Amino acid sequence: MAVRVHIWGERACFTRPEMKVERVSYDVITPSAARGILEAIHWKPAIRWHVDRIHVLRPIRFQSIRRNEVGAKASAANAASAMKRGTTDGLGIAVDENRQQRAALVLVDVAYVIEAHFSMTGRAGPEDSPAKHIAMFNRRAAQGQCFHRPCLGTREFPAEFALIEEGEALPHSTLDKPDADFGWMLHDIDFARGNESRFFRAQMQGGVIEVPPFDAETVMR
Amino acid sequence: MSTPVTQRHEFVLYFDVTNGNPNGDPDAGNMPRLDPETNQGLVSDVALKRKVRNFVALVKDQEPGFEIYMTEGATLNNQHKKAWAALLPEVSRDDEFKRLPKDQQKAQALTRWMCTNFWDIRTFGAVMTTGVNAGQVRGPVQFGFAKSVERILPLEISITRMAATTEKDAEEKGGRTMGRKHIVPYGLYRVQGFVSAPLASHPTKGTGFSEGDLELLWQALGQMFDHDRSAARGEMASRKLIVFRHQSALGNAQAQSLFDRVKTWRVHEGSVQEIGSTATDNWPPARKWEDYKVTIDREAVPAGVEILEY
Repeated sequence: MAVRVHIWGERACFTRPEMKVERVSYDVITPSAARGILEAIHWKPAIRWHVDRIHVLRPIRFQSIRRNEVGAKASAANAASAMKRGTTDGLGIAVDENRQQRAALVLVDVAYVIEAHFSMTGRAGPEDSPAKHIAMFNRRAAQGQCFHRPCLGTREFPAEFALIEEGEALPHSTLDKPDADFGWMLHDIDFARGNESRFFRAQMQGGVIEVPPFDAETVMR
Repeated sequence: MSTPVTQRHEFVLYFDVTNGNPNGDPDAGNMPRLDPETNQGLVSDVALKRKVRNFVALVKDQEPGFEIYMTEGATLNNQHKKAWAALLPEVSRDDEFKRLPKDQQKAQALTRWMCTNFWDIRTFGAVMTTGVNAGQVRGPVQFGFAKSVERILPLEISITRMAATTEKDAEEKGGRTMGRKHIVPYGLYRVQGFVSAPLASHPTKGTGFSEGDLELLWQALGQMFDHDRSAARGEMASRKLIVFRHQSALGNAQAQSLFDRVKTWRVHEGSVQEIGSTATDNWPPARKWEDYKVTIDREAVPAGVEILEY
């Protein structure tokens, strides 16, 4: 049950895990981010998306953006005690006391075609058939419907999307260097095993990155 | 007004700046943010969210359920939390959370409580440090970057202060110091945003962002600059807010097809031209809102989509 989705946006940031304080994006979308976009359109616990191929349609270009960010997370312990006390006194983060100025090296003007399929999981009930889910996904993607607005890495970079119907040609590509070795790239995070990251060697040939299956031998932990 | 939002929305907001700096770039010595490739001005999503938060904190002061988690400046939290019991009778000192069986359930109760009390968590989400997934809240409201409709020309203005900070300065510089201000003479900015209804109304993932909260968001977008006056900002104002309301939670049309319906034009002495058209080459630069025109294509609007203007 394969689908093809065209996604694009003005900016994107697929943060490299080794450079996430001052964020540096990967050169292209990761399979994990692509899966997130598909899930934003349609997902149920009964299915799992697998990204098969990523087509890169635009030249890879970067831009730097520096912003004032907050260095603290909301403390669940404080929230729990405030909840017990029944008051919000002392809750809240004063942003100017927790200031971090961070730069992000983000991609500009990106467009991709994601080729993906899904498999049924152990949580599929008798009413879940692949045909039903594929029909739901196709209907939603074709009509521009989504569960929540998909994004290109981070939520400030919203993604536009369009379904590429079966037999329909791929969108026009202006990619200037169709062959590249992007090195080791995040494949996805294994949520079943303590959020373990897995990496694969991302190589683009003719503008296409073949994504190995998540449990393939070439995927490193 | 407390029912969660069940319809998807997209919005386009136009705001302008006259002789001010809408959003300084810390990387460029606080110059107005620029897209280096096009020279269009930028305003980051977080700058706008900050103003929305400040506006809500201002108008909903003293009101429980509308607190702002990410506060600015002196913490505004005072002793005005007397209505708790009325709002959340189930939360009291006698509450026995220890009896809740699973950690996940507890975390969810916690998240729910935070969403109920803090408007900005309900709207934009927040990250809480719990091991459980429910500790991360994705809010339904999402902003993109605001971009000026035409290229802008940032100016650097040198200013003099007739006093010095230190005695040493006073002696060396004769009691006067120079400073710099960056301004944009005029810029019209456009920002696009999204309200994903399922993140408001979904039984487990939803934050409970309500119809009333949505109205407050529109109000904030319309008035946020009116309460953000400062020496740096100059004159900023919201000019037009266009909302696309879908009938369903998932939406009834592609977002980009709706955004494309809103177009900006240049106007000069009664003539209306597309932005960037060669006909505008010898026109003077835009210096006021009236130098632009915004049109909304209402022809054949997709079924189930309503266009609202604020």
